[in-house]
Amino acid sequence: MDRSKLAESFALDNTATDIIEIKRRIKYENELDKGFRKKIAESAHGEKLYGCIQCGTCSAACPVSHYMDYTPRKIIQMVREGFKTEVLNSSTVWLCASCYACTVECPKGIKITDVMYALKREAISGGYKHKNFPASVLASNFFSQVLNNGRNSEGPLLLKIYLKTNPFMLFKNMMLGFKLWRRGRISMKTEHIKDKKALKKLLQSMDNMKEAAVI
Amino acid sequence: MKYIYYPGCSLKSTGKLYEESLLAVFRALNIDYVELNDWNCCGATAYMAIDEDKAFVLAARNLALAEEQLKGEEEVNIVAPCSACYMVLLKTQKYLKENPADMRKVQTALYESGLAYRGKARIRHPLDVFINDLGEKEISKAIKKPLTGLRVVPYYGCQTVRPYSTFEDQRNPVSMDRLFKAAGAEIVDWTMKTRCCGASLTGTIQEVALPLSYVILHEAKKRRADVITTACSLCQFNLECYQTDIDKKFKTDLKIDVLYFTQLLGLALGIPPVELGIQRLFSAPDNVFKILEGGDHVYV
Ligand code: SF4
Ligand code: SF4
Repeated sequence: MDRSKLAESFALDNTATDIIEIKRRIKYENELDKGFRKKIAESAHGEKLYGCIQCGTCSAACPVSHYMDYTPRKIIQMVREGFKTEVLNSSTVWLCASCYACTVECPKGIKITDVMYALKREAISGGYKHKNFPASVLASNFFSQVLNNGRNSEGPLLLKIYLKTNPFMLFKNMMLGFKLWRRGRISMKTEHIKDKKALKKLLQSMDNMKEAAVI
Repeated sequence: MKYIYYPGCSLKSTGKLYEESLLAVFRALNIDYVELNDWNCCGATAYMAIDEDKAFVLAARNLALAEEQLKGEEEVNIVAPCSACYMVLLKTQKYLKENPADMRKVQTALYESGLAYRGKARIRHPLDVFINDLGEKEISKAIKKPLTGLRVVPYYGCQTVRPYSTFEDQRNPVSMDRLFKAAGAEIVDWTMKTRCCGASLTGTIQEVALPLSYVILHEAKKRRADVITTACSLCQFNLECYQTDIDKKFKTDLKIDVLYFTQLLGLALGIPPVELGIQRLFSAPDNVFKILEGGDHVYV
């Protein structure tokens, strides 16, 4: 029997048929990415991450943990075990609002927010895109804007993101944009610093040093 | 003492009223300031998510520029009113101090573009300046229109106090409470002082962000607050500008004024509302005006 018929016979809607599909939800040890935890620990300043006692304080302190597919506590454990794809595809990474509540409360002094940043970097550079979450698009566009101009221009930035990810949001936010514009709180002008050349050079020097370190 | 004022991007656009009111208050309190020459974006939260090294060098450029601008002065104080800027600058300074190898990298890169960073600059939040440099006594002396009877809930948000703040408790900050007590207001204690407002998630994932702002507004309303005061441009924006969306979503009628703390302080100092950017708010803060005019105050 094909799946939609099966669903009908159980009076389920179509989406529910996914549950019927049989899939192994645990991973065998040899499928884990063993180097992942080291990479993340290095990128997030410190190996304290290994000392997590799984107390869950971070998840309790986190204002958005109830929306995440894995809570911060779980993410820390999954990073340690090497669940690379699951972690980098998770919504957690993009839902983190960088509020530092977890970092302040963690009894083991683990900088969870920095771990989240490290994961964001990994996800972006590894090409993991979460289609429901434009946060990565926001970060990348913000980055290129500052890279070129030295400053961020909120108006053009938001316009670009909405066009790229969700034109419907643009429509919804038009009224808000108009209200802001009338009060002189937003403009479509691109801001930039005077000495763009020096900034470029500065960032170039940083790149050169990184390359030198690799060689 | 002269302060270097580092506005950051948002104080030049959606947070324009924060800039206007902050500088007006500085002038009223005779605080000497000068804007940082050719400052660049601090990198905010987004930059850290792409390239950390560059995020640090960007922030350090501002610190170096400040040291250069106040060359010869004994102390270099940078005032960063936006809480993201404040946190990023502090984070950069702390990180570079703890990691000499990265410090050398950043210093070399800065040197190659003609700048020097010595780690001398002190990063300050305006609240820190008002409370610790000026003091409540000075401020209460300067108050012209006391806020008697106004119920204020001070909202600090996250990054002003977490995790690197040099002047505040991370769980129960009090500087804004003290400030408005000195201005004669009635301070409402609450548990949401440092709850996250949703930050930039309002621009990307509203389903998650709106409830976060909602709990803050709802709690303030429950405690019969007249006004929420904020110290961050993103907090003010989220709590004020999305209120109609929140009302629609949660079927409420919140109507609560959200002012920058500098705006309310400015009003108490007798500065005309236009100079404080009050006209840029989405609705006039009538509750506050009533008190200032000495009219009767009624709870609804
Ligand atoms: S609070 Fe710290 S120790 Fe506890 S689970 Fe979270 S990361 Fe681990
Ligand atoms: S920093 Fe991120 S993970 Fe930590 S509490 Fe805040 S939102 Fe949650």
